[in-house]
Amino acid sequence: MPRYGMVIDTRKCVGCQDCVIACKTENNIPEGYNRDWIVTESHGKFPDIQMEIRTERCNHCSETPCVSCCPTGASHIHDVGGVVLVTHEMCIGCKACVEACPYDARYIHPDGYADKCTFCVHRVEKGEKPACVSVCPTYCMHFGDLDDPNSEVSKLLQSRKWHVNLPDAGTKPNIFYLV
Amino acid sequence: MNELLEITTTRNNPHVDPSMGMWEWQIPVYLFLGGMVAGMMIIAGYFLFTGRHKEKNCSCFFIPIVSFVLLSLGMFALFLDLAHKLYVWRLYTTIQFSSPMSWGAWILILVYPALIANILIKPAKWMTNRIPILTEYSKKINEHPFLVKNIGIANMILGMMLGAYTGVLLSTLGSRPLWNTSLLWVLFLVSGLSAAAAFVHLFAKNKYESELLAKADNGFLVIELFVFVMIFLGLLSSARPHIEAAHLLLSGAYAPVFWVFVIGIGIIVPLIIQLLAVNHKVSHTAIAPILVIVGGLILRFVIVSAGQFSHWFNAHLH
Repeated sequence: MPRYGMVIDTRKCVGCQDCVIACKTENNIPEGYNRDWIVTESHGKFPDIQMEIRTERCNHCSETPCVSCCPTGASHIHDVGGVVLVTHEMCIGCKACVEACPYDARYIHPDGYADKCTFCVHRVEKGEKPACVSVCPTYCMHFGDLDDPNSEVSKLLQSRKWHVNLPDAGTKPNIFYLV
Repeated sequence: MNELLEITTTRNNPHVDPSMGMWEWQIPVYLFLGGMVAGMMIIAGYFLFTGRHKEKNCSCFFIPIVSFVLLSLGMFALFLDLAHKLYVWRLYTTIQFSSPMSWGAWILILVYPALIANILIKPAKWMTNRIPILTEYSKKINEHPFLVKNIGIANMILGMMLGAYTGVLLSTLGSRPLWNTSLLWVLFLVSGLSAAAAFVHLFAKNKYESELLAKADNGFLVIELFVFVMIFLGLLSSARPHIEAAHLLLSGAYAPVFWVFVIGIGIIVPLIIQLLAVNHKVSHTAIAPILVIVGGLILRFVIVSAGQFSHWFNAHLH
């Protein structure tokens, strides 16, 4: 069983928003909503300041508070790759999953259901890459099977330093940022 | 020069950014009404259990009718909150054991029969006038004191479950540090009991019950203060996001409304007035119970709003 994840090289990401636009067009995201977005973080003390640009989205966590709080089972873990998905016609729009996500990665679609990144599972199941990964001009995004030690993502994690977002929240996120 | 930490995001999802505000007035209103109804069920159940229904003007006769109406209003508020309203029936095609909201949906289904059973012990005149058969049901129930006692027990247990689950629901959402305390259900249950005691005290025709509930309310208010102390002790000795969450109420953006309305006007002032009243220093007025009820409502608004505002962050950078 594969476990899909992403490895994103923050040293290559320039924050161009191509991934954001690709997601919006591929998944028909309504105006004013985002499944993925760009975060710029600067920290340090002048002149020793570090800046990191990240493309963020649902972390498709291994521990999923958004799934366990769902009262109808609409929010679930997909059979393939551990991708976290929402079945629209089972969602009642109670917003518990939106509140449960420490990354604030979910929103309520204007049609009433909870919505978020799907890792473009409809593309991945056809052997294609997620839309955001496929358009990245700096090739900073990598998608693959974290459980396969020979996959590109696993090799990058073995050879480079990385961090995840909000590790203390305990959700075991599956998006890794190379530093 | 100070340490710099600047985070900018291009995300601007409605009700998520700049800070979480998904749950608006509907949720605190439901939490308040659900909590107060839970308290009223426990009170009515206790009166039935102790045989007070033999008194003509026992509060246990009007409590279930009022509870029925208030809970239905609360559930209507919940319904208004749902973004995918036509799919609400999906709640009842499954039981999700890991989701307190799913337990709650089923607890609410069980609460109504318990309320109706309580109503049937002595239906109001306007009911028996319209549905005469209710008088017969009432007769049959009253022939079996054991049954009345059990209806009391059922109301107490389901009231506890209803009052507790609302707190558990929020406290299991670990991504909101302010809610992430296992004492939240105790706070909501005690606050619900306190609002219920105040409400029934206001309308009780039986003097003994009215006096008893004023005394009980004082007890609930003192316990509520202790629970607050324990919650803050827990949060302040937890991780940095929990400490920040506690400070939202203690000294941050929500501090004025928390100290003035929840603690001051909602607990301390009515406690002083009611202590004087039960010791016959001043006469009972509607002021203290109304303050308790309003305080309970504001408590839910503060907890829901500040809880959504509280969030995890990379503490090593802050």
